Amino acid sequence: MTTLKPGDLARIDLTLNGEAVSGHAEPRMLLADFLREKCGATGVHVGCEHGVCGCCTIVMNGVAVRSCLALAVQAEGAVIETVESLAPDGTLNAMQEAFRKHHALQCGFCTPGILMSLIDLLRRNPKPEREEIVHVVGGHLCRCTGYSNIIDAAMDAINGTAK
Amino acid sequence: MDAAVAGREAEAPWVGRALPRKEDAALLTGKGRYADDMPVPAGTLVAHILRSPHAHAIIRNIDAARALSLPGVKAVLTGEDIRKVSDPFLVAVKEPLPQWSLAVERVRFVGEPVALIVASDRYIAEDAAEKIDVDYEPLPAVIDPRAAVAVGAPLVHPDVKSNEVATRSFTYGDPKKAFAEADHVVALEVEYPRNSFTPMECFVVVADYRAAEQTFDVLSNFQGPFSAHPVMARALRIPGNRLRLRTPQDSGGSFGIKLSVFPFIVLMGLASRAVGRPVKWVEDRLEHLLAASSGPNRVSKIEAAVMKDGRITALRMDNLEDYGAFLRAPMPGPLYRMHGANTGAYDIHHLEVTNRIALTNKAPACLIRGFGGPQLYLAVERLVQRIAVELNLEHIDVIRRNLIPAGVFPYKTAAGALYDSGDYPRAVEGAIGDGRLEALKKRRDEVRARGGIYGIGFAAVVEPAMSNMGYLSTLLPAAVRERVGDKNGAVSLATVNVDPLGAVTVTADSAVQGQGHATVLSQIVADQLGLTPDDIVVNLEIDTQKDQWSIASGTYSSRFSPGTAVAAHLAAERIRNKLLRIAAKQLNILPDDVELADGKARSRTNPDNALSFGRVAGTAHWSPVMLPEGVEPGLRETATWCPPELEPPSKDDRINTSLTYGFIFDMCGIEIDPVTFQVRVDRYISMHDAGRLMNPLLAEGQMKGAFVQGLATALYEEFVYDERGSFLSGSFADYLVPTATEIPPLELMHIETPSPFTPLGAKGLAEGNCMSVPVCIANAVADALSMKDIPLPLSPRRVHALMVGEEAPPPAGLGTAAKQEKPKDGRDITGKGAFEVSAAPSEVWRTLLDPEALKRVIPGCHELILEAPNAYRAEVSLGVGPVRGRFRARVLLSDLDEPHSARLSGSLAGPLGAASGGGVVGLSATEGGTRLVYDYAVTVSGTAAAVGGRLLDGAADIIIRKFFEGLARQVGKEETASPHASARKRSGIIAWLRALFGGRK
Repeated sequence: MTTLKPGDLARIDLTLNGEAVSGHAEPRMLLADFLREKCGATGVHVGCEHGVCGCCTIVMNGVAVRSCLALAVQAEGAVIETVESLAPDGTLNAMQEAFRKHHALQCGFCTPGILMSLIDLLRRNPKPEREEIVHVVGGHLCRCTGYSNIIDAAMDAINGTAK
Repeated sequence: MDAAVAGREAEAPWVGRALPRKEDAALLTGKGRYADDMPVPAGTLVAHILRSPHAHAIIRNIDAARALSLPGVKAVLTGEDIRKVSDPFLVAVKEPLPQWSLAVERVRFVGEPVALIVASDRYIAEDAAEKIDVDYEPLPAVIDPRAAVAVGAPLVHPDVKSNEVATRSFTYGDPKKAFAEADHVVALEVEYPRNSFTPMECFVVVADYRAAEQTFDVLSNFQGPFSAHPVMARALRIPGNRLRLRTPQDSGGSFGIKLSVFPFIVLMGLASRAVGRPVKWVEDRLEHLLAASSGPNRVSKIEAAVMKDGRITALRMDNLEDYGAFLRAPMPGPLYRMHGANTGAYDIHHLEVTNRIALTNKAPACLIRGFGGPQLYLAVERLVQRIAVELNLEHIDVIRRNLIPAGVFPYKTAAGALYDSGDYPRAVEGAIGDGRLEALKKRRDEVRARGGIYGIGFAAVVEPAMSNMGYLSTLLPAAVRERVGDKNGAVSLATVNVDPLGAVTVTADSAVQGQGHATVLSQIVADQLGLTPDDIVVNLEIDTQKDQWSIASGTYSSRFSPGTAVAAHLAAERIRNKLLRIAAKQLNILPDDVELADGKARSRTNPDNALSFGRVAGTAHWSPVMLPEGVEPGLRETATWCPPELEPPSKDDRINTSLTYGFIFDMCGIEIDPVTFQVRVDRYISMHDAGRLMNPLLAEGQMKGAFVQGLATALYEEFVYDERGSFLSGSFADYLVPTATEIPPLELMHIETPSPFTPLGAKGLAEGNCMSVPVCIANAVADALSMKDIPLPLSPRRVHALMVGEEAPPPAGLGTAAKQEKPKDGRDITGKGAFEVSAAPSEVWRTLLDPEALKRVIPGCHELILEAPNAYRAEVSLGVGPVRGRFRARVLLSDLDEPHSARLSGSLAGPLGAASGGGVVGLSATEGGTRLVYDYAVTVSGTAAAVGGRLLDGAADIIIRKFFEGLARQVGKEETASPHASARKRSGIIAWLRALFGGRK
């Protein structure tokens, strides 16, 4: 195990959206800060830094996590996906397209985190019920939309049944 | 529009279509450009703010020496530094209420900025904050506005001699006579709570002082109004052109809150000048909840003169509004923004209003969505419900009887508002019609028949938009206004630019917050120029050195639809008229015969005679000499829109406070769970008349968002202070923002009575549900419980208190000794427990009194110094929930009864808060060694108090456990812990850790 003295930087290698990236961070650096500042993944938004709002949600090793509650050093060797991975060739995926169609975002600050949580849900359960979607979106705070358009968009993306 | 050219377009117009947004492609892919995402100049330093843990205290001394010695720390600024190089912010009243960007001499609310640390990164800046020693002399604080204006209250600003810093009374018509002649007088007192709509992105400022040009170049997610720009320039002691304020392309929500970033723009500007480098500051969420901004809380006494049939002939109201510790510009806006509309949707001719401004030791209140509307309607619409109850009439019938009738618009209200258009009876009948009200009543009867608790509420509100910049002048008596000059009007600006290839760019004076203004502007301009919205680029970044702006610029008071949108329409119309004349010459036809459509300029009568849009546009650039006579070269038009209806206040204080007035009628049914006391919204119908809807998809998005914010005000959100001014709702675990699981369905309905005062017929629409929903739900709860006083937010605890009474105190004997002694204020933590230590009491006693041993035992202790016999000074690191920091502690041991018991008392102070309290430790010999019992009560204030009792209880528990575990180790033997349940109920460390890391996930 590496032992670091105060002020030492740890080298971190991880896979971000399919690409190998590396950087250096103090052991106390938050993963959210590392992804934004060292990796340029500014789609990771920091909204509360205490794990409630969900803006910073990413998928790490196949699980949706709050990147403000993880340290950068914990991501050594991890496979991380952020919102930047969802439209690799610039074409919105079905969920993103449904968000646009249903006006499921206004300021857009909470949106990346919600998208990542929904992507995580769909991988575990491709046909979730409305209640499950509400439950997952219930882990995020959004102040603009009032949520209903987000739920409608997710339902539409999943089975085209939303109005 | 020139009637001659206003022909039928080939296609239906873009305005009016439910078009998805231009903005979304970037925001959905993580490519938004928010302030914190923007590149900063090389060498930019980072700032962190040290804030007051006290609600009211004198700053005796600030010692930053230890902070400055940390590697990476560049500077520490204090109020004394700031005061030498800047002026206090301008305020709207004449009283001496100076506020600088850092506290000077005294602190007046928990969270007030006390010092600014500038360092190479944020982590280091936060380290440094822990090493600044501030010596405070705490003073009594005043929190409740009624207490604040009472005789003998502690003064927030001693120089003002009173906490009621301004009062004005207004009389319209003859209310005295109306009350004397009334059949009934119905009175009510209501209290509107303090809350915010907490945008998900906090404040961001990047300030770069350019010494050579003596210019502050600032990027910030400021939202306007830009009337704050001269306030900032004056504070910085510079002419306005030396403050270049830029806003980014995207902002993570605002709802009024991001006006309040302006003191920090000044602070970071001063810091940048002081250190000679650019300085960046990103506010964190704890700071934001603690002290960013909030809406003002208000106590209103209101009464109505009512005739037997329910007709209201006069209203009398006394509004006591609490703005916190300072009157931040443009306060007291919420008291006056609604002034003209004080009689709401009703045809009431006699009115008496008294507006009183109170200051308290709370964070300054400022702009917030709804801005005075929610407060006003809580009083007026609750009163209308009370009139129905007291006169034994149907609530809906009292509303109907008093509504302003159709056909009388434009309608002048008692206080001078000129309601532009509307058909209130049609809107009300539309909402309740088709059996909707009958269905709701049937539902109520069914639930009540099975023993449930169900109520129906209504609210009728007028939603003003685009504020008259002169409304605050009403604060001054007419004679003073005459002397200093009346303010009035409201300027909107937009520019349409067409390049040589015919590509169109639009800029405007709206500061983005997520509404989708770029999309709507592209619809408006596309209609004028015969293009599609996709053809048009809209850039709503603002740069005060280069762009069109006025003091009215920004996004607030729903001014986009009646203001900025109109300016863009006018600018595009001018471009269009110019292009028509150019094209007419080239097509060799009359301008009347030219139309712009399908990306072409063509003859209406002979569509084959056509030129591409780009070709015509290019002429203005490439061939200026060939232009028709009188047509200026180039294709750039800036239009100014300043509607003449926004007149200054009249001599008798009548003021048309806004340009457009929409109408909302809400109706809801709620059910109260008799076990959990939770209020559940069963059905909610909201009928809107916002004039012409320019994009129904976006309009409804605004209404749905406002609805949930109104719901949050009614049921969830509140900034809570204790009596001493400690702030108790400083994290998202304590300040409850509704999530998707709490949201009832909303049924939106619309009628459209276009505004005659705006060329597009559109009115503002984004704030109305913030005004209507809290009172509609309060009315439904009043109906359900048959009660008069309905406090907000209607949390289960409050509903329980309404239905059952306040919770009884625990039976005598259950409280501990420490608990009985507990101080009356602050976030109190009490507890007791016991440990077994395998050593004799005398050995344990010795360890407790040995500074070296104690230092090893106290968790997180860096230093422990014996200052006097049994008096210690220590420096310790402690963590509570999401915050962790260094504290300086003073501990005194007294009542020493060797080796049986001792009393500990002391205090703790650090950047995250302060604490004081005490406890008793008792030792008794047992077979295996010593049984050690402890009992404590501590009061905590500052950030540490704000993050929540659950966390504090758990943290205190763990710290004390660690202490005794350490003590046991120190005396060298094994111990067995048997901590008994502390005085408060808790479910152990696992639950605490879950609360700490899980949030509400």
